[in-house]
Amino acid sequence: MPTKLVINCSTGERAEVEMTAEEVAQQEADALAFAEQEAARQAELDAKAEAKASAQAKLKALGLSDAEIEALV
Amino acid sequence: MATFNLIQTVTVGAGGAATINFTSIPQIYTDLIVYLSGRYDNAVSFNAGALRFNNDSGNNYSYRVLRGNGSSVDSFSGTTSYIEFGTNQGSGSTANIFGSHSAYIPNYAGSTFKSVSMDQVAENNAIETRMQLTSGLWSSTSAITLITIFPGGGYNWVQYSSASLYGISKT
Repeated sequence: MPTKLVINCSTGERAEVEMTAEEVAQQEADALAFAEQEAARQAELDAKAEAKASAQAKLKALGLSDAEIEALV
Repeated sequence: MATFNLIQTVTVGAGGAATINFTSIPQIYTDLIVYLSGRYDNAVSFNAGALRFNNDSGNNYSYRVLRGNGSSVDSFSGTTSYIEFGTNQGSGSTANIFGSHSAYIPNYAGSTFKSVSMDQVAENNAIETRMQLTSGLWSSTSAITLITIFPGGGYNWVQYSSASLYGISKT
């Protein structure tokens, strides 16, 4: 079992304690939530990057220079 | 004049730890500050950490992050069962480098919702850095008596990760 550090701020007592099954389950649920959140974030970033590349290509096709595109996008 | 009072500080031992828990937090200060120096036992380069209060694992936390990595910036928000607390390195980053974070929690003993402001940095030498500002909210009127700090990916804090809890008093 993973362990947790517990610091009692009133007494100063410290303990390294094995996590309970419930706490391990919560840890697994948290890890899953983080992974889903990060995947959603990455998908959003990828979509933005794709839209930017598409916009740059269209501007290039209209005859704008790279410097002009850079100034716009 | 405000005074910083060290309540407790802890350094993770050789076996690592999945969470760091400050319990029975005295209710005698106006505000709290958490400082964290953290690194994970996983092969990731970077991954997020998290804060949770009073063992509340409901979706009662919301936050917005502004983040830069040295070459690009982004912003995101979430309503989750934790508040994201910066980014730390794993073994995919340069050895022996730890993320550095602080969280300011005003009016932690009051009966209003609890706001948190955080700043965090982590770097992978000469390759990438992560800098992050976070505003967070715990939608609870309960006084904060327990703070849990944990790696978001389900990893462990490695040895020499450390956390300190300070109380701010008016005098």
